[in-house]
Amino acid sequence: MSEVRAAAPPRRRATPAPRGHQSKAALVWRYRWIYALILPTVIYFVLFAYLPMIGLQIAFKDFKVFAGMWESPWVGLEHFRTMFGSEKFPELIRNTLLISFYRILFGFPVPIIFALLLNEVRRMWFKRGVQTVTYFPHFLSWVVFAGIVINILGPTGIVNTLLVNTGGDRINFLTNPDSFRAVLVLTGIMKEFGWGAIIYLAALSSIDPELYEAARVDGARKLRQIWHVTLPGLRPVMAVLLVLSLGGLLDAGFDQVFQLQNGAVLEVGDIIDTYVYRAGLLEAQFELATAVGLFKGVVGLAMIVSANWVLRRMGQRSIW
Amino acid sequence: MVTKPETGETEILRSSQVTSQRSRLERNPWWGDTIIYLVLVFLGLVTLLPMLNVLARSLSSSAAISANPLMLVPYSWTLDAYQYIFETPVLMRSFGITVFVTVVGTALNLLFTTTAAYGLSKTYIPGYRFLMWLVIIPMLFGAGLIPTYLLLKNLGLINSVWVLVIYGLVSPFNLILMRNFFWSIPNEIEESARIDGASDLQVLWHIVLPLSKPVLATIGLFYGVAHWNDFFTGLFFITDSSKWPLQVVMRSIIIDQSMLGMGGGTAPTADLQKLVISADNIRAATIIFSTVPILLAYPFLQRYFVKGIILGAVKG
Repeated sequence: MSEVRAAAPPRRRATPAPRGHQSKAALVWRYRWIYALILPTVIYFVLFAYLPMIGLQIAFKDFKVFAGMWESPWVGLEHFRTMFGSEKFPELIRNTLLISFYRILFGFPVPIIFALLLNEVRRMWFKRGVQTVTYFPHFLSWVVFAGIVINILGPTGIVNTLLVNTGGDRINFLTNPDSFRAVLVLTGIMKEFGWGAIIYLAALSSIDPELYEAARVDGARKLRQIWHVTLPGLRPVMAVLLVLSLGGLLDAGFDQVFQLQNGAVLEVGDIIDTYVYRAGLLEAQFELATAVGLFKGVVGLAMIVSANWVLRRMGQRSIW
Repeated sequence: MVTKPETGETEILRSSQVTSQRSRLERNPWWGDTIIYLVLVFLGLVTLLPMLNVLARSLSSSAAISANPLMLVPYSWTLDAYQYIFETPVLMRSFGITVFVTVVGTALNLLFTTTAAYGLSKTYIPGYRFLMWLVIIPMLFGAGLIPTYLLLKNLGLINSVWVLVIYGLVSPFNLILMRNFFWSIPNEIEESARIDGASDLQVLWHIVLPLSKPVLATIGLFYGVAHWNDFFTGLFFITDSSKWPLQVVMRSIIIDQSMLGMGGGTAPTADLQKLVISADNIRAATIIFSTVPILLAYPFLQRYFVKGIILGAVKG
């Protein structure tokens, strides 16, 4: 649910010169303490990241809890047929993709614009003050921030008080299917736009001042300077972030959606991850939930591998 | 690990250290500056005012809240809501659980991540690429919720507080971030210690770690905030509400109580009979209560997180 951008470029250090000719076994023995340092983490990953993959078999089985997954009979693709045949599935895909897509469409430009505006501020105390305030919500959990959202948009919240005071009617934005996706996108932006601007501010400060000087000599005014110097300077960062968010389209923001979701808006707000939790753990439809999760995992893998491929083709540093 | 060298992010890192350097030569016209400042003040207030409102509500009486829902300063001061929180055993116990998990969990996170990152910074060991892929693949593909649940059940970790510590013990992102930091330490420093006869472990403990305090702080804070804010591990893997961490209990108070009147929440609710009297100010006080630790850590967070994000790795 979080994403990683390309790691800082390694400075490949010289391999220690091999003293004479050593067999692989001798090398392994020589570096035994290095392996010992890595071993606990390897065990952790094998146990908690790889071993669960064995459990994926229940997506193809009729899972009997008491017999165990190995003794349960195979049923082939039955659960996948159920999944693709259900009315729920297209709805989940639709909700997931739409919410992700709206997030990118409306949320992607906000940190960029915010960074551009901050970059124009010369009074350092003001800049630092705005940054301090706008970064803060990033560190709150979605449980807490959802509480703040309810405080703003709920029936007795800030917005409804203003509506009533100006002669309007109360609207419960959180239980209204027409407004629920907008609430998700908007509050998601509210929580993260400040934090999202950090990477752009760093990129902005790395633009060579001489480029601005040159543009000015050529007669470019402020807006043309932004268009011809600033935005091209931000392009690499924007490209990486955009491609990565396209690669993660199937992650529609479980943390947030789960907290704000309620029975009244399930048809517009139920995404793959929330469905897997509800069907799997609350309703104990283990096989179907595993099948849906596996579908998401495989498609997600294909998408993130494609995103990485695109980044390489663009000449950007790729994720791996 | 094929990595394209030097495509800008190191440049960013270097020049971000001289942010005060003005990159603009032309001043904005006065009306341009005015618009910029107004927009920024607006964005700042949109973030700040809702939080002030929550703070004010937490300190006001219920009657005052319904009379002035838009308050930014408390009306008819009262600490009733906070007193209520401290007298609610469910909340206090979950607070204790979360403090425990955050402290012990972060310590173990750092221990595992540091040792593995140091080992994996040695690209010359046989099997390096294999080990690196072993760490990266879980970032790209996971088995999903149900298989993980079944495994944890077999390991006897369901309904154990330890699942909150162990699940997510090593984050591949943080591991790679730290490995990259170790790469940036000049080789000669380690080599000279080795010539003096220091073992790998001694080099790590006496040479590398003292040089790594900033990155340890950054990653420790990443892990610490993640533990504090962790909701899903508790929701998924702990069904016994007496062992729930803070965030899960808080959801019952902050959200489910509000959702009850609007078609029902979608998560199990703790048995919080006393909390039925919960009003807007109990919700507000709970929000503030759980945010105080984050607020206390915020100066450090700002300092180190920003460094971490610019170091090139994480957008959480």
